[in-house]
Order: sequence, then C-alpha cells, then structure tokens
Amino acid sequence: MEEIANPETLLDKLAEQLKTLLAERAIDHPLMVGIHTGGVWVANALHQKLSLEQPLYTLDISFYRDDFSRIGMNPQVKPSNLPSQIDDRHIILVDDVLHTGRTIRAAMNEIFDYGRPASIILVCLIERSGRELPIQANVVGQYLHLEDNQHIKLTGPQPLEFVVE
Amino acid sequence: MVNKASRPTDSLIGHDAWNIQLDKNGHLKHFLTVEGLSTKLLTNILDTAESFANINAQSVKKVPLLRGKTIANLFFEASTRTRNTFELAAKRLSADVLNVNISTSATSKGETLMDTLQNLQAMQCDMFVVRHNQSGAAHYIANRVAPGISVINAGDGSHAHPTQAMLDMFTIRRNKGDNFGQLRVAIVGDVLHSRVARSQIHALNILNTGNVRVIAPKTLIPAGVEDMGVEVFNNMEEGIRDADVVIMLRLQKERMQGALLPSEQEYFQMYGLTENRLRLAKPDAIVMHPGPINRGVEIESCVADGPQSVILEQVTNGISVRMAVMSMALGREPESNEGEKA
Repeated sequence: MEEIANPETLLDKLAEQLKTLLAERAIDHPLMVGIHTGGVWVANALHQKLSLEQPLYTLDISFYRDDFSRIGMNPQVKPSNLPSQIDDRHIILVDDVLHTGRTIRAAMNEIFDYGRPASIILVCLIERSGRELPIQANVVGQYLHLEDNQHIKLTGPQPLEFVVE
Repeated sequence: MVNKASRPTDSLIGHDAWNIQLDKNGHLKHFLTVEGLSTKLLTNILDTAESFANINAQSVKKVPLLRGKTIANLFFEASTRTRNTFELAAKRLSADVLNVNISTSATSKGETLMDTLQNLQAMQCDMFVVRHNQSGAAHYIANRVAPGISVINAGDGSHAHPTQAMLDMFTIRRNKGDNFGQLRVAIVGDVLHSRVARSQIHALNILNTGNVRVIAPKTLIPAGVEDMGVEVFNNMEEGIRDADVVIMLRLQKERMQGALLPSEQEYFQMYGLTENRLRLAKPDAIVMHPGPINRGVEIESCVADGPQSVILEQVTNGISVRMAVMSMALGREPESNEGEKA
C-alpha cells in the first residue's frame, strides 16, 4: 500500500484546490457542510483556512442510511445543523473518506429535504477504492487503493491521524 | 434511601407477559409494558429519543427512516394527546399512518377484535398502536398478530402506558440529569386506576431512582403497592417534602365505581397541588402531569401554568419518545434473515 500523507499536509492541499475551484466557478458565499464525525473535523479546518464568512454547518446522516433496517438504530445521533434556506446556495460538502458513496448519497438526500441548492462540491481528504454508487469528489487530498477488507479511519480532532486496519 | 430490585411480576396480565416484547436478539419487538425490561434498554430508548428531539427542533422535522412502513392507530378508547403524538411521530419518520376510527368502524357493527385485526393485517400494516379500556388488550393482540407485526401499547385499562412512562423519564432526565439515584420522585393522586403510575413506578425502579413515593387517600392506593418498592403517604404535606419531581395524576372519574371519594372539592383540599404545597418540595422541583389536567381538582391553575411546570414539555417529548420506540421496533433486522448476512 502506498504511503498516506499527513492529514495536515492534505488539508493544505485541499484548501488550495478548493480556493482555485471556487474562483474558477465564481462562487462567492458558499455554505460549508461537514458530515459527522470525521467530515466535521476536516470541514472545521478548511473553514478556518479559507476564512469563510458563513458559519460551518453539520450533517448527521444516520437517519438517512440505506442500511437502517439491517443494522438498526444508532442511538447516539448528533443533530444536523443546516440553514433553513439553502435554495440557490452553493454548498461545499466535506467528508473524511469517500468509500462506497452511500454516505454522500444519504447526505445529498438530507440536503435536498431542506431545499434546492445551486450546486454541491464534494471535498474529501481521502478517496479510496470501492465505489458502489456513481459519486465522485471534486476536490481530493489523496487517492488510495485499498482491498475490500481494509478500512481507513480518521481519528481526531486533535491531532488528526489516519488508522488503517 | 430505599431501593429495591424490580422483579417482573404482573398481577393484571399474569406470568411472563414481558418476554414476548423482545426478539431473540434481545431487541425491542413489541412495547407493551416497561416491566421486565433492562436498564440498558430503557436508557437506549431515552438516548434514541434524544436524537429525535434534535430532529424535532430542526426546521425540517422529517426523516426517511420508516418510509414504506404502515402504522395503524387503533384507539378503542378516547385520546387526544397520545393519538396525535403517535400520529405525528409516525409521520415524522415518514411512515404511512392509518387512523382507525373504532366508533365508526365495523367493530360497531359487531365485527370481533380479531376480525378487525386480521383485516388490517390483510392491508399489510407493519405496526399496531393500540389503546383499549381492557387491561391486557395489547398483549392479547401481540400474541396473535402475524410474526412481522409490532404492537405498541398506547394504554390498556389500568395496566400499563409504557410510552407515557418513558416520555416522563425523558422529561425528568432532560431537567434533572441522568443520575436517577439522587432523585426523590412523588406520584400524587389516583394511583389505583392509573396505568400511567404503574408504568412510571416500574420505569423509575429500573432506572434505579433513589426514592419513589406515592401520595393518595387510602381508597386510591392499590393493595400491595409497597411491594413495588415505593414509599406510601396518605398525607400530601409529608409526602411532597423535598421532592425533586412531583407527578400529578388525573382523577379518573370514568373508571371510578363506588364511593371512593367524598367530593372533588374535598379531594382538592386534601391532595390538590397548590402553590403553598409546592413550596414544601425542593425549590427547583419540576411539576408533571400526563394530561388531561382537571384544573382545580388535582392541580391549581397557577401551578399548572407556573414556572416549575413541565407539562407542555412532556407533550413535546412524547413525540421524540414515540419516534424512538417506533423506529427501534420497526428497525430490527428481519428475524428470518438472521445468519444470512455476512
């Protein structure tokens, strides 16, 4: 397996790429949304690096999972905190690891329950192999090829570190 | 402080009524009574309800958890709060809700309960929420429904009202923290006829509450209530002293046969919760009531509307707790598929 870069290094890289992308698309006042739990840590860091004026928003997708009836309830679901008006807003959706794509599918469903955003940009610290849905990130820190039985997890928030099992 | 293990005994239902509530993985399948359930399971219900309370505070109050499920509300007895909050809870979970109006249904044309149920099963319902004036009605139904169907007891006779008890525990925990061992809880009024009180006492015991008291005239205290591990008071002033939580019960005039009470006025003079009596409890005590309240019979208006009252908070919390119970019962892994999944 290739070497995984330090999360801090990847965050700098993400921030630069994201700045460029926002400039290219002429997006001025994006809403940044982190997915609980690791995505919120990443979003928090990016939010500071980009000095965004809008507050940071968060999503917990537990109630939108497609495997709810198989794995049952997770009783410790954190509240989602989204603005009530997201119609025509540009959203930057942030997660730590993009794997099957199911989390992002669930997150987008939840976002669309709040309205119709102008666009969604997906930012992930790690993009790994194993996609099960046609979902891709716009900004990626590092691509990793992992076997199906390998898992990568971000621990944090201080310091952010990757654990591969 | 007195404490006690709550051994599952159920005088109104009989032997092992509680264990049909769990599937073979120990997950909640039916919710018929609090009795016999573990501290862990009750805490799990409260934690799940906490997550839904967050949803209910959002601008979009709906999640797709139970999309495609059908829930039938079967209320054989009048109800406003309970039926409405069950309906809202189901809708906020995206389930389809069928409100069966029993008084205008085929039951009133002579159809038996089992025929009514079989027809609803034929309509492919996934859950029955049942209220009935007969103790044990929900158990009777749970024992006879098709295997995939969950039954929630929304009150049966004077036996149990488990979701009410859990929303009360949730309200206590939100106001007083999760250390029930430190709390003195006084339940005041018509304990004899109250399914709410029975369920509350069981829930408080399972959550290891430090001291549970019941306060009522002798005629409204069920025989053997001390065996449930409560302290009994016939004097309101003595019983309410230093309580952290005061739960008032409604005088259930419709269930009273015979001269159990001289008059409502006299009852209010002896057991009504007035501002003066409330001062005997802890200064930060909360006042609860399952509703509907009889102002001037068991509680003074200024107390019901006062700063220590959490009566309307109980109503709000009822939605979250019912969402928790419904999603836990319907969110289980199907038993027939067990072992097949890697």
